[in-house]
Parts: sequence; C-alpha cells; structure tokens
Amino acid sequence: MYAMLSVLVKKKLCPLRTSSVVLGSLSLLQKDFVPFLLNFLREQTSQILTNGPSTPAKTPSSKAHGSQRTGSERRTGHRSFQKPSLGSFLTATPEALPVRRGRRRGSSSAGASGRQVARDLGCSLAEEEDGKSDSGSWSGGRRKWSEAPLASARSPPSQLNLNNLEEFPPMGAASGWTNKPSRRINPTPVSAERPLSKPKTCFTSTPVSRAPAARWSAGTSLQEEREMLKKERYSLSRGVILNSLVSWFHHLVTCANPAKVSCKKQLECLAQLYSSCIAENLVPNIFLELFFVLQLLTSKVYKWQNVLLSHVSFFSLDVSGGQHFESVHNCVYFAVRVLDYQYEIISHLEKGTLKLLAENERIASFSPTLHKRLRQAYESSTAKVSLLLPCSVQSVSFQPETDNRSNFPSDRAFHIFKKQRDIFYELLREWEDNHEKTGWDFERVLGNKIRAMMAHLSATCNHSRFARLFQKQLIQMCKGPVGGGASWGDTPDQDVLNMLGSDNLSRLKRLQERFVVPQSIRGPCPPPSFPGCQQFFRDFILSAGSYQFNQHLVDSLCLKILELDGLTLVEHEHSDGETDMEEQDEKKRFTMALLSLRLLAKFLGFIVFLPYRTAEQPTRDLQDSALALRNQTLPVLDILKLLRQSIRDQRSILTIPWIVEYLSFVDHIAPFLDYYRKVFGLLLLMVLSEDKEMSFLNKLLILAVLGELRKLLASFVAGSGGKNGGFIRKITPTAAESLASKASVTQQKLQVDLEQAFFHNQPPSLRRTVEFVAERVGSNCVKHIKATLVAELVQRAEAMLQDKVKEEDVNHDKLLEEVCTHLYEEGAQALIKGREFCEKKGPEAVRVLLPEETSAAVLSSAESIAVELATEKACGWLSANIAALIKREVKATFNRMLKVPGFPLPGEDALELRRDCPPGCQHCAPFPSQMINEIKVHSIHFLYVLCVAVGPREEDEVVDYTWLECLLGRLSQTLRCRKFMCPTAEQQLAKCTVELASLLVSDRVPLSLGIKSPGKSPERLRVKNDPTSGLLKLLFSIWKEDFGTSVPVQLIFSKKNIGYLTEAKQREWDLFLFLLRGLIEHELMRTSEIQSCLHSLEELPWPSDFVKDLKRLSRVFVSEHQIEEPRTNPCELTRQSLATVTSQS
Amino acid sequence: MKLSKAQYDEIAQFLGHMQPTRQSLRKLKEKFPSQSQSTLLSIFSQEYQKQIKRTHAKHHTAEAIETYYQRYLNGVMKNAAAPVLLDLANEVDFAPSLMARIVLERFLQEKEQAIPSKTLISSMLRDPSQIPDEVLANQVYQCTVNDCCYGPLVDCIKHAIGHEHEVLLREMLLEKNLSFIAEDQLRAKGYDKTPDFILEVPVAVEGHIIHWIESKASFGDESSHQAHLQDQFWSYWNRFGPGLVIYWYGFIEELDCHRERGILLKDCFPTDIVTLRHSVAQR
Repeated sequence: MYAMLSVLVKKKLCPLRTSSVVLGSLSLLQKDFVPFLLNFLREQTSQILTNGPSTPAKTPSSKAHGSQRTGSERRTGHRSFQKPSLGSFLTATPEALPVRRGRRRGSSSAGASGRQVARDLGCSLAEEEDGKSDSGSWSGGRRKWSEAPLASARSPPSQLNLNNLEEFPPMGAASGWTNKPSRRINPTPVSAERPLSKPKTCFTSTPVSRAPAARWSAGTSLQEEREMLKKERYSLSRGVILNSLVSWFHHLVTCANPAKVSCKKQLECLAQLYSSCIAENLVPNIFLELFFVLQLLTSKVYKWQNVLLSHVSFFSLDVSGGQHFESVHNCVYFAVRVLDYQYEIISHLEKGTLKLLAENERIASFSPTLHKRLRQAYESSTAKVSLLLPCSVQSVSFQPETDNRSNFPSDRAFHIFKKQRDIFYELLREWEDNHEKTGWDFERVLGNKIRAMMAHLSATCNHSRFARLFQKQLIQMCKGPVGGGASWGDTPDQDVLNMLGSDNLSRLKRLQERFVVPQSIRGPCPPPSFPGCQQFFRDFILSAGSYQFNQHLVDSLCLKILELDGLTLVEHEHSDGETDMEEQDEKKRFTMALLSLRLLAKFLGFIVFLPYRTAEQPTRDLQDSALALRNQTLPVLDILKLLRQSIRDQRSILTIPWIVEYLSFVDHIAPFLDYYRKVFGLLLLMVLSEDKEMSFLNKLLILAVLGELRKLLASFVAGSGGKNGGFIRKITPTAAESLASKASVTQQKLQVDLEQAFFHNQPPSLRRTVEFVAERVGSNCVKHIKATLVAELVQRAEAMLQDKVKEEDVNHDKLLEEVCTHLYEEGAQALIKGREFCEKKGPEAVRVLLPEETSAAVLSSAESIAVELATEKACGWLSANIAALIKREVKATFNRMLKVPGFPLPGEDALELRRDCPPGCQHCAPFPSQMINEIKVHSIHFLYVLCVAVGPREEDEVVDYTWLECLLGRLSQTLRCRKFMCPTAEQQLAKCTVELASLLVSDRVPLSLGIKSPGKSPERLRVKNDPTSGLLKLLFSIWKEDFGTSVPVQLIFSKKNIGYLTEAKQREWDLFLFLLRGLIEHELMRTSEIQSCLHSLEELPWPSDFVKDLKRLSRVFVSEHQIEEPRTNPCELTRQSLATVTSQS
Repeated sequence: MKLSKAQYDEIAQFLGHMQPTRQSLRKLKEKFPSQSQSTLLSIFSQEYQKQIKRTHAKHHTAEAIETYYQRYLNGVMKNAAAPVLLDLANEVDFAPSLMARIVLERFLQEKEQAIPSKTLISSMLRDPSQIPDEVLANQVYQCTVNDCCYGPLVDCIKHAIGHEHEVLLREMLLEKNLSFIAEDQLRAKGYDKTPDFILEVPVAVEGHIIHWIESKASFGDESSHQAHLQDQFWSYWNRFGPGLVIYWYGFIEELDCHRERGILLKDCFPTDIVTLRHSVAQR
C-alpha cells in the first residue's frame, strides 16, 4: 500500500481527472487504499496538529504507541457499542433509488466511475472478508472497519464501508443520555500529548488498519482513564498560568510562507488524490475531511518547535523518502490546494463562514486565485443564516374563532384553560429569567407546578388544546436557526463581528470552531441537542411526565409536520420573468418550513423514542425480545412513506433533513425494527446515489445526516434551492373540482384538464394568486355570513327568546331548540349569499393582484376559477356547518342574556333604559362616582344624627338645606348625561337616594337654611316650614325623570327604613304620607303595591303604639285612594287630612 | 404622577397606622403639598387596605368573632340606636364593613343553624333591608356607609371611577383616530381575558409597540402592580403581545421595568405615539 502511494506520488500519476479512474481500475486495492490514504494524512500531520488549535485530532498511531491510546480514541471505541450506523442498513433495504442518468453532468468516464468505485469497493471487501463474518450484517456497529459486516454477493452493489461507526458516526454519538458510558467514570477526553489545549470530544476518524482486539481492552483502559483524569485535573489547575503563557507564545508562532513549501509536487499529488476521494464520495464522511483540512489550514507551529521538527523524526512511516507535512508551510499548502479543489462545495457555505475564509490570510497568500473566488462567493452569497428576522419573543395570539368559550365543552374547561395558558407563560418567564443562574434547577423549581397543571388539564380534557398551544409557542420561539430568538443569546452574526479585529490565528481558530460546531463545542458529530429555549420545552415534557400530554403533543406535532412537509415548492426559473424578490420570498418560505420541520421532528423523535431510551446497550437476548415485541406496532408517523414520496416527487431536500432530525433520537432497539431498517436503508441509498447532481447534494445531505451544520444546510437551501430544479417538486394543481357541478364525470375531468392547461402556460404567480384569492375570499365569505346573516338570525332569536323566557315554567333547553329549528330553514340562504359574496369579491381581488397588463381573457378565466374555488370552499363549509353555527351563536347569546344582572326575570317589568344624553349635552356634569361619594357623606351625617339623637357632633356637620338641594340638582345633571354612567353606579345612586328619602322622612335632620334668608316669598316660607317636602319633591322628579334604571322605591317599606319612624311624631307621619302620595302621583308605585307593603308591615312585631300608627296611616291612605284619587294639587303637604283621620278614629 | 420608590416610601411611612379619616387626609396633604390629592388619597386607601390585610387574621379567630358578637349584643341591648358596631370597629382598628360582615355572619349562623353562603352575606351587606333583624340592619348600614375603604358603597364608587376613566381614555383614542376593540366587544366575542382596549392596528408608544391599553384609576404601588401583573397584564401579554397600562393616579417609577419585555407604564395618555404610517404628532 505504501508502495502504491509512493508510486502514485512519485510518478505524479494522478492528475485529478484520472485519479478516480485509476482507483476504479485498481479495484482490488481500493478498499484498502482510501482508508490508508486517510490514515496516512492524519499520521503525517499529527505532529503539526498536536500543536495546533484545540480541536480534536487524531494522535499518531504506530505500533510503538500500541497501548497508549488517548481518551478520545477510547471514547470513540466505546461509542461504537452504542448505536448502529447507517452502514448497518446496507443489506436491509429493498428500496432502489431512482437512477436519473438523464440528468447526469460532466464527462461520462469520470462521472460514471463514482458508483462503480463504490460498488467495486464493496464487492472486494465482501470477497476478502467473507470468511471471517459470523454475524451477518446486523453487527450493531460493534465491528471495526476491517471486519465490517459483509454483504452477500447478491446484495445491492452500492456498498461502501459505511457501517463503521468511526467513519460514519451515528447521530447523537456523544449524547449524554443515549450514550451513557457503561462504566463508572465518564470518559474524559484527555490527550496527554496536548497539554496546551483543552480537548473537546472525540475525533471520530481513527486509523482503519488497527486490529479491533488491540483497540479495545476494557481492563486496562479504566486504569488509564483514571490516569488521564488526574492529568487533566492537573492541567486544569495549571490553566491560568498556561493561558498567560499562551498569549506570549503567540508571538513565537511561525508564519506560514508559500515560499518555504517543500515537496510541492508530492503535496499537489496528494491533494489531488485526496480531493478526488472526496469528490467521488469515497470518504466515509466528507464533514470530517473538511474539518481536518481546516485544521491543517489553521495549524500552529511555534518557532522553537521547528527546530525539534527538523531534527527529530516522529514518524514511523517513511513514505517516498520524506516528510510531506513536516512544516506548517506544507500543511497549509496542502489544505489550500484541497480547498481549491473542493471550491464547489465550500462556496455554498454560509455567508459568515465564507467571509472568514475569504479573509483568511493564509489562503490569500497561498492561493490568490482561491482567495479571489472565495471573495466572489462571499459577495454573491445570499446564504445568510440570518435570512430570518430574529423573532422577538411573542406569545401565541388568542383567536376567538378557535379559542373562545364556544370551543370548549364547559365553562369549567374554558376557565381552567384560561388559567393554564397564563401559568404556562409564567413558567416560561420564570425559566427565561432564572435558568442561567447557578443552582437553578428546572425540575426542582418548576416540576411540581407543571405536574399540577397536567392534573388540571386531565380533569378538564384540555390536553389537546394545551398541546397545540405548546407546539405553537415552540415554533414561535425556536424557529430561528440557533434555536431561540435574539433575546436568548448572541446572534451568530454578532459572533462574527466580535471576531473581526482579533489576530489572524485566533480568528481562524474561531472559524474552525464555528465551522465544526456552530453553537457549542460538541465535537464534529455532536448529539442532537436542545439549544436555547428548546431546552425549556424539552424539560417541560420531561417534568410533566404526562402520557396524555405527550400523546396529544405527538398528534399536534405530526399534523404540523405533515402540513409543512406538504408545502408547495415553486420552481423559479430566471427566464420566466419572475423577479428576484419573489424568489427570495420563496426561499424564505422554504427556509422557514425547513427549520420548523426540523424543530418539530426533533421534538417528535424525542417524545416517540423517550419511553424506550436506555442508558445501556441491551444484550442480544433483550434486543431480540424487544424486536419481537416492537415489530408489532406501527410508528406514529409513517416517515418511510413520506421519505418515498419525497424521493418520488423530488422534494427530498425538504423531507430528509427533518426525518434525519427525527431519527437522531432513535433508541438502541429502534434501528433494528423492520420498519426503521427500511428507512435507514433508503437513506443509505440516497447517500450512495450515483447521480452526479444527487451526489453533490448528498455531500451536503450527509452533513445533515451527521446532525451538524444546521446553519449550513439552511444556507445551502436558501442559496441554491432554486438552481437544483430536480429537487423541486413541480406543483400539483389544486384548482380542480367545482362544488355543485352537475356535469358528468368526464365533463368534470375535461374542465380540470382545461384548467390545468390554462395554468400550464401562465407564470406560476398566476396560479398562486388565484389559489390565494380563493382561499382568502372563501374564508372571508364565511366570516361575512357569520357577521350578517347569522347575526341577524341570532338577533331575531334573541327577541323571540326574550318574549318566551318570561313565561312561567319555561324549559330553557327546549325553548332554545324550538327557536333554533325555526331559524335553520332561513340558514339555507347562507349558500346563496355565500355565492353572491364570492362572485363579487373574488374578481375584485384577482384584478388588483394580477399585473395590469394581464390580457382580458386570462383575467376573466382567472377570476372565474378563483370564484369557483372560493365558492366551493365557503359553501362547502357553510352547508355542513350553518345549523351548528346558528345553534352555537344563539345558545351563547341566550346564556349571556340570562346572565346579565339587570335581565328582567319572569313576571318583572323593567323600565326601558335611557341610552342617550339630552341634545346639546356638554358631558360636563359631575361624575357618578363623585355623586355617590357625596350622598354617602351626607348619609353619614344623617345617620349620626339619627343614632345619637342629639344634634350634630361637629359644627361643620350641620346639614345645609341649600347644599342638599344643590346636590340633588347636580345629581339630576349627572343622571341626564349618560356618557360616564355605568349600570352599577346608577343602581347604587338609585338605592342611595331611596335611603336618603327614608332618612329625610324620619325628619330628625335639622336642615339649616344657610345664607338664603327665608321669608322672601310665600313659597319660600312654606319651604321654610317644611324644607323636607321640597327635597322630596326634587327626589320624585329625579326618580321619575332622570334615572335610566328602575328605582327600588319599595325599599322605603323595608323593616329597617320603616324602623326610622318608630319614634315618629305626627309631623313625620304626615311627611311619610306625603311621600306615599308622591310615589303614586309619579307612578313610581301602584296603590295596590303600597297597600300590600303597608299591610305586610302591620304583621311585623312592632311596639303596639307603632302598629296603631301604622294602621291609622294605612286607613288614611286607603280611604284617599279608594274613594277617588285626589288629583288636585296632590303634592301639597296635606297635614290636615291625616290629623283629621286621626281625630276621627 | 410618577413617584420614586423613596418618595413613595416616605408617604407610606408617614401614614403609618393612621385611620383613614378626613383629618388624617388633611394632615397628609399638608405634609406633602406637591403631590396631587387623588394620588395621596389613592395611596392612603391602599396603605390602609394593606394594614387591614395584615390584621385580617387576628379579627377572624373564633375567639375574636365571639367577643365582637357578644359586645354587639350587649351594646344594642343598652341602646339599639347607638352606633355600636361602628364604634366597635373603630376601637379595634378594623374596617367597619368587615366588622359588620363578621357580626352578620355570626348572627345568621346562630339564627339559621348553618353557615350562610358568601353571596347571601354580600347581598345583605349591599342591601341591609334584607337582614331579618332591623337593629342589625341599621348597624350594618351605618358601618357600610361610614367605611371609606371597604363595603359595597366604596366598591361601587371605585367601579364608577374606573368606568369614568375608561370613558375618558376612549375619548382620547377616538380623538387620535386609533381604532380599537373595547372590552365589552371582546367579551361578546368570547375572549377569556379582556384588556380595556385592544388596538386594531398596533402603535408604538415611546418606541415600544403596544397592542392593548389598560386603564387603572388608582396608584400603582408595588403590591397592587404585582397583583395586576399576575392577574391581568401578563395574561394580556400572553394573548395579545405587549401593551400599555395607564395608572391615572400615578405609580412608582421603578415598577416600569418591563418595557423591553412588553409592559409599558404611563400616568397619562401618551403623547409620543407613532402609528403605522406616520406620527400622530405630525398631523
């Protein structure tokens, strides 16, 4: 193998164009060659990289180092137990990917080789290893590359060594929960060789040549690991000192210089070899290779190390007689060459990354051409991740159509949900405020609150509603690429800005870190994670631990996923005159859908596999029995079907990312289930597709498969979605059936075809406009019918109900049913009116939205299609729902009617409410609140007088007649101006004035006549004699004329108020009689009512004298009103009459 | 009128355990002449309510209730016309309406041999003529009329004041041509939580976008604002997004700390309003 490489390199046999052909023709060697090359490069560069930036790197592998494996390696090895890899599904799939030879580009010799190479590689592997395989293809990923599960000769030919976990690490490989190490100590990634750096996680590409037995030995590694741990602790303690040293060392870093590159030709040859391996999909994981190349690009060597490097050979391998990567110059040269060859891929990276690449000084000095191209790529790139505006955190808005009372089965459910919504946001705010504080623990602080909430939801069957809110809020907050809105962390662009201005190397280092792990440092193949506020939602689900909630959430997630996955993708071809803006919008829409889908699928996967997750890899027996059990159940969402559909419709670019996100949560068993085997198999075929264009996309899809570079994916989509026509589904027409068409089926079909034909030659925007208008007009039509026809019917129902409810013994339900039945017939009009509405509004909208220049014929066709679709939508809904709608609305109105406090109950007549201010009202009357307050203050005075039975306590608390008169005058104004009046205030005022009347009649209130000198007129004189009667007259007028509500004058006859009269003298009785006459005269009470009130008063246990007085009064009143109602001067205080009666009795 | 926390604390400290009488209010005005009367009155009332809340439990022990009831019985036996309950309430530093409630409840319990419902008690407090004993009815009436912080009359006055301010706010919105949906319309549509006004087209007030406006005819102190946030403002935010609260009688400046998150406080109708197309000020 060395020899071969040596030959290749020395003889410069491999210009890029032919390298793959060479490889392909040397098929027997090929299976060993690619792994060898990859390992060779890593080993060659290991010395440089150990001093490089603190990113995971492979350590030299040589026999001399045999047992001294690094922590990262060990961890890698350990991980291989955890999850099956995509390669495990090589033989599992019956699927065949559609081969789209017609679309293949490039020269046929080079293009055809890709798949062939893979095929040959697979075959040769199979032949060679056949005898050693003992467990078929389902190794669960335990085996190393060299003893990969073997495909039989009949198995699909496209078999790369993908079942090696190191090369094709599964999603979530380093995950905390899916991959809990089986041993006590968490494997700490430590590298003894790299004291200056703090290693992150494993580097997953390990040498392929090593025998598996030598690579894993649990017995010794535990001890080793402890040693490592000690070392790391030690190195951490030195960290502070080291950091200061590091900054000093920066001055000593060797500058990469193109002039100092040695063995250029060999390096060029290696770069070509390597690049063609990448280009032909021969490397197991393009991502790792890019990572590696960037590592080389950013490698650091200190000046003093150069001395060492030049004197000591660190390498056991000595290929072609020299060290190709012995200097940083060579490494950078190689890296820049490879990047140049991979330009097509890197030019699709996200704009921020491109910017960093374009600004990279090493690239600029080593390859001005590449530098220029990168700059261009950067400038023309629209692949900005921040394409989406950062969402300001918003709540899910309340929509009466879906959220109001009529959507709930009971008042209780409605009110409980109201509280749940608020509690949910309260928890969210609490989390937001505190989760980053040390010592704050989600479960401890919020756990019980969440579970209490779940209990309430269960009690009222509100889970599905809450799940919907939860899901909407999740999208609202987490749809951004980083997993949270701007308020939850730095935006990526800010990171980039911060980087600018720092020195070149650290910038590169940041770039590299960003490239590898955009959000946090979790290794090149990080586990699925819940960044930003996704964490809240995950923890919420975990703390809730509610089966009901999870089930409803799954329902809700599936529905939304299906909806988004069915998104219409519109192909933009620049030639058809569509504007860029339109295309941008489309991309934005697509990006949104993609990000939302991935988010939702992540949570779906999380919940679906949650019950099955185990810390440990189950034993083979357990696995078999679990498989037998679980093979019987169907998955909650048929992703296999969706995946197949997406391939068929050429829209896998939207579907695969979210399916991968979903699958990243599989438990240990799930991948071996029949169903998921098919899914993985199909995915694998996608990866191995021979189609050139496919192959290019697959490179990027692999990135998605590996769960990182979410940003890159989104940016790729936004940056190139429109150009990859093959993946964009041609939209299928929805403008198809017509509602009440009487035409025969063939006629209908013809119409559909005609319609299709019509749209076919029109710009896509026409169809979108028509569909949009139809959708909106249809929806507005229903709203309009609700607001007009239904509202009218409800009003009539209200009137009918108001009449009937007053009847005695009405059964409310029955009454409601009767009234509604009466209205249903008229509800049928909705369809006619609906059609009218659509016919009017549809064309208007189409006309406004289509270009001015649209021809009359096209316009008219578009209009009629829009109208037909809108009518179909609206009338379809109306005919199915109008009756239920009427009933619901009538019922709601009826319930409101019954609840209104002032609603007249059966047998009770209400005074008609006055609604308007008098003409010319300036609304400057005193406020009602002020009047209540004043009367209250007056009542206090009266009461004092009343209960103390001596004069007022304080001089200023004398009740001034004029003041009181003025008060009543202002009260009258207040009552007349309706603007500020509210029912409760008015009712209170009414009650207060009745109390006031009772107090006045008790006549223990010495009214001072104030400054107005009495005796100026006979009237005044009379008032002086009896100021009280004057005030009572004012009250009569106010009660009669000014109140808009009924005045509870009957309170005058309450036991309490009559009690004020217990020690009444003749004069008070006269006043009382005067009051009664006034009530009759002003029609505030009927004679019979008063009589009955008086009668019942006599029955009460009063002092005997008082009863006598009462009876006497009653007699007088009766005699007055039985004989003849004296109409003349009724309001005159007739002191005499009562006195007369009294004397007569 | 906005007060700093320090200013507010000074007022609250001055009030101490003062009874809410007109004399106390007069003293308060003399001490803080620069503050508006309505602000002082609102603070006074709120502070008194806090004081009552603190001592509430003390007056509701079985022993206390029994003592009050016996004192009431003895008092009215001596002189039914004397303001027995009112004097008792003043003596033990408790709100007269609440004292009336305690005694009424105890009275009904003895009479009916059952614990009376809360609605019945409230209804009797509102309309004492329903009380089957006219002496007690009188006593209760005296208490409710004389109470300036609790009781049905005060509740009604507060309600009326709130309503009046809503009407004023509506006027201002109409004047500024800001279209809105009012609370009653929202209720009719079946909204579960209803701010006073939802703006049909959101506007920016002092640079903050608002969707709704809530009118509060009271002073915004810490405890009441906290309660309002909990019961109302956050609920509105949860449904309609950010919004504006107007405390017509002022508030503690420091409480206006949720602007970024979406709860804006003002003590008057804002002047700096930017609408979707153009600034109101420019018109």
